[in-house]
Parts: sequence; C-alpha cells; structure tokens
Amino acid sequence: MGGARFGRFLVQRVLKMVAMVFAIIVANFLLVHAAPGDPASVMAGEAGAADPQFLAQLRAQFGLDQPLSTQLWIYVSHVAQGDLGVSYRQQRPVAGLILERLAATLLLTGTAFVLAIVGGITLGALAARRVGHTSDSLITVLALGFYATPTFWVGLMLVLVFSVWLDWLPSFGMKTVGADLTGGAALLDTARYLVLPGLTLGLFYMAVYARLTRAAMLEVASQDFVRTARAKGVPEGGVQRRHVLRNALLPVITVAGIQAGQLIGGAILVETVFAWPGIGRLAFDALLARDYQILLGVFLATSVLVLVFNLITDLLYAWIDPRVEVM
Amino acid sequence: MKRLGADFMGTFLRNRGAAAGLAVLGLVGVAAATAGLLFPYSPWDMRGAPFMQPGEMEFLLGSDSLGRDVAAGMAYGARVSLLIGAVSTLVAVLFGITLGAVAGYAGGVVDDAIMRFTEFFQTVPSFMLAVVLVAIFSPSLGSIVAAIAIVSWPPVARVIRAEFLSLRSREFVHAAEVLGRSRTAIVFREILPNALSPIIVLASLMVASAILLESGLSFLGLGDPNLISWGFMIGAGRSVIRIAWWMSVFPGVAIFLTVLALNLVGEGLSDALNPRLARRR
Repeated sequence: MGGARFGRFLVQRVLKMVAMVFAIIVANFLLVHAAPGDPASVMAGEAGAADPQFLAQLRAQFGLDQPLSTQLWIYVSHVAQGDLGVSYRQQRPVAGLILERLAATLLLTGTAFVLAIVGGITLGALAARRVGHTSDSLITVLALGFYATPTFWVGLMLVLVFSVWLDWLPSFGMKTVGADLTGGAALLDTARYLVLPGLTLGLFYMAVYARLTRAAMLEVASQDFVRTARAKGVPEGGVQRRHVLRNALLPVITVAGIQAGQLIGGAILVETVFAWPGIGRLAFDALLARDYQILLGVFLATSVLVLVFNLITDLLYAWIDPRVEVM
Repeated sequence: MKRLGADFMGTFLRNRGAAAGLAVLGLVGVAAATAGLLFPYSPWDMRGAPFMQPGEMEFLLGSDSLGRDVAAGMAYGARVSLLIGAVSTLVAVLFGITLGAVAGYAGGVVDDAIMRFTEFFQTVPSFMLAVVLVAIFSPSLGSIVAAIAIVSWPPVARVIRAEFLSLRSREFVHAAEVLGRSRTAIVFREILPNALSPIIVLASLMVASAILLESGLSFLGLGDPNLISWGFMIGAGRSVIRIAWWMSVFPGVAIFLTVLALNLVGEGLSDALNPRLARRR
C-alpha cells in the first residue's frame, strides 16, 4: 500500500490502542473500587496490614474522600505519567519493579512465540503434505494432546524428566548463582536456563498453530489456483511452498497475533514454575503478599504488551497482504 | 424427531474420538459422583504416613506431604473441576447469548457499543484478568465461577451476533414479522433455536478451557480454600517434586484426560451437527 495510506492506517491503529489502554486503566480503577473494603486498604495490600499513616497518605494522593469522577481523573493522570503507585510491602514504586523485570518476561515470551510459530507452521505444513500418513496422525495427536495439557503441568513434567531424572538442564532461575559469567559464557548459561520454560510456554501454542496451519493448507490446496499451478507444471515442492503455504499463513498470523496476548498472560504460570524473574513471577509474589498495587500494575503492563503485539501483527499483516482493508 | 436424534447419535458415535471422549467423561463423572462412597472421609484428612509411594499402605496413588490420600483428593477434585467447568460455562453462555442477540438484532449504535465492549474483553490477557478478579474478590467458588465466566463469554456473543445478523433477514423471520408475532417471540422462537448448534459445540470446548483456567488459578493458590482441586494438588506437589513425583503427576493426568475428552466430544458434536462440513474434512 502507498505511504500515505499506510500512515493513516498506522495512526488509526495507534489511536485505537490508546483508547484501549484508557479503557484498561478505567477497568483497573473500577476493580479497586468494586473490591470489598476501603480502596486505600485494597491499594495498600492485605487489609489492616498497612499503618494508618500510609493509608492517610494514599487517601490524600488519590483523593479518596472526593467524588468518584475526580478520583478517576486523579488515577488516570497518575497512570498516564507512569505512576502506578507504590508497593507497600516492597516500599518501592510499582512501575520500577515492573520495568526491571520486563526484559526477562520479553525474553521468555519472545522465545516461546518464535518457537511456537516456527515449530507450529513446520509441523502443520508437514502434516498437511502427508495427510492421512502416520506422520500426519502423529502430529495431529500430539497437537490435540498439548492443546489439552495445562502449561504449568507440562513445565513440572519437563523439570521431572530433564532436571530431576536426567539432570541435563537447570529448572530454577535465570542464571547460575555465583558463577559470575560474562560475555558468551553468560549468554550460553542463560540459554540453558531458558530451554525448559521456553519449551513449556511454546508447546501449547505450537499445537494451536500446527492445527491451524494444517487446516488452512488443506483448505487452500483444494482451490483452483493451486490446480492451475500444478497444471502449468510447477514442481510439487514449489506449489506447496509458494502457493499453498504462503496463502495458508495469513489466518495463522491473525490468530498468532491474537494469541500472543494470551501467551504473555500465560507467562505468570510458567514463571511461577521455573522461578523465572519476570513480571509473572512478580505477580505471583504479589499474590502471596496480597499486594494489589503490583497485581494491577502487572495487569496493565501485560495488557499494554498485548496491544503492542497486536499492533505489530496488524502491520505485519498489512505488509504481507496488501489487499488488507484499511478501516 | 426421534429419527433425527438417532441419526445424530449415530454420526456422533461413529467418530471414534468423540465416543472415547464421552466414555472418559463418563468415568470422571462417576468418580466425582461416587467420591463420597469410595473415600468416605474428607480428602483433607491425614490417612497415614506422608510421602508414601503409589501402592504403599493402601494408598493407590500415594500420599502427600501431610499423609493425605492422593486418590481421594483426585476423586473429590473431579467434583470441583466439573462443577466449575459446567457452571461457569453456563453463566458465560447465557451472558454471551444475551449480549450477542441484542447486538445482532438491534444493530446500529447498540451493536457498535456491545462489540467494543466485547473487544475489550477479548484483548486483555484473560488469565491475568481472572487472576486479578479472584485475588481482589478473595478466592471462593462464586468468585472463581464469576471470573472464569467473565473472561470466557466473548466468543459466544460474537457467534450469536453473527448468526442473528444473518438469520434476521431470512424469509422465515420476515414471515413471522408479517404474521405479527411479537419481537420476543421472534427472537426466542424463530431465531435463537436456529442459532444454537454452533453454541453447543462452543460450550463443550468452553467447559474444557474453564477446567484449564480453574486448574491454573488453584495452582497459583487462588482456589476455594475449602475445596480440594486438581490444580491445588499440583501446586502442593510442586516444591516436593524431587521426592514425590506422584503428587503432581496424577492430578495433571486427570486434568489432561478430562480436557482432552471434552475437546474430542466438541469435535464430535461439531461433526454431527454440521454433517456437510464433516464429510469435507
């Protein structure tokens, strides 16, 4: 598409994203106020655990004695300035806590996403090419299986097999404590720690994409232009790669974009299993401490990440398929 | 009608996966129903020494760190999983049907508003939202069911809306309008029955994902503190997996089998309700 059109497309998507972020902030605000008990004590954490001075400070900061609409405005403007409140337990700003954990979560979810996409499309294409064969049935059964398994349990089973029984891979944390590695050695070390959580998070979505790719390829393969390509003598491999797979990828990308968000949300379980120091683990610790400020902050952060992911897929989609309707 | 029912069952059971799924589901249901007979004591009771291997001391599936019977916990846990799966799906389906029907039938601004609302719930990471909801409203059967329902209704609303949009302009609906039937009668007697078959398929898949969601929540410690559940058992076994693998393996297998069975039943239903689509595959 042309530059101007693309620009308009981008602006619209970004505007939509801003509206969505606003809606999520309002939802966060409503959650704090819908919760049983005084909003200040909800924000502070476990009711009664915070000292009166801190509660008074929270009430003043968020104007909790003022009308609801004023409170909403104060809350929104705080969040808009990057102020997600202060964790009472940790005595630190929530935004800072989230930011320092973000890289770990992005590394984990990014790895899982790439693994799921590449693995899923490869397996799905393989199954579609050999439809009816043993390898097709095997891939279909595996995909069905992983689709039905709780991710955290897959994680535990991988730990059981590869850490406890075989002792091949570490099961806990992100780097070897006290090893003080640098450069390539440190990267390799983290990569070893990344294998099991990345696989755990990726397998479920790999199953989803494999099923999708298989179905989409079979759908495309029965269309006229594929028959035309065969008739004009394009070799079978070329037909599958250039004609079938390329067209089958569009629905897969759409769903992958939508599910990237769910993948980020699912990170809380995987990070809990593997003690991966990301925002999911932060949320779990906050859960144990009843630290709702952090929990709501993580909810907002993950939602924004989802929106960014969706934006990227939208753009990718528009780039791959120029016919895409610019709404 | 009877003939149609027999046809339906025939097509459904000819799908071997669906038949197997139904059988597994039946077994889980029996385990849930007879938990009190098989294990006539509370699953929280200490029944013997802790960390017994499966088969030792009358513990068929071993005992946990407090000497509780893993098998008993699994039978009682089946109740929780099935109950939460079914009730939260029912709530989500009713809510989704209502919103979707209103959006599809009313159209215009109402439709726009409802679809924006739906989009919001489809965009936010659903598991995170469920975690936040249950945590803030404190874990209980009610809050868990509500949270799962809140994150799972959007697909129902979308499907029903699409069905309503296409059915609204069909001849039989026009005929009913010409005959002067009331709007409620048209919605409930004419359109809704024709829009239900995709919802039946969707509902069986939603029960499966509700069970997965519930297990995730209780794994994180957000289960109802009075009810034992599969996810809770896995969570309890996590820290001792090096010495007691059975504590986390067996409940996970139970979740896997139940969810797989529901997915297979869903596929079978989809084939039986859309025979044309099934033959094409």
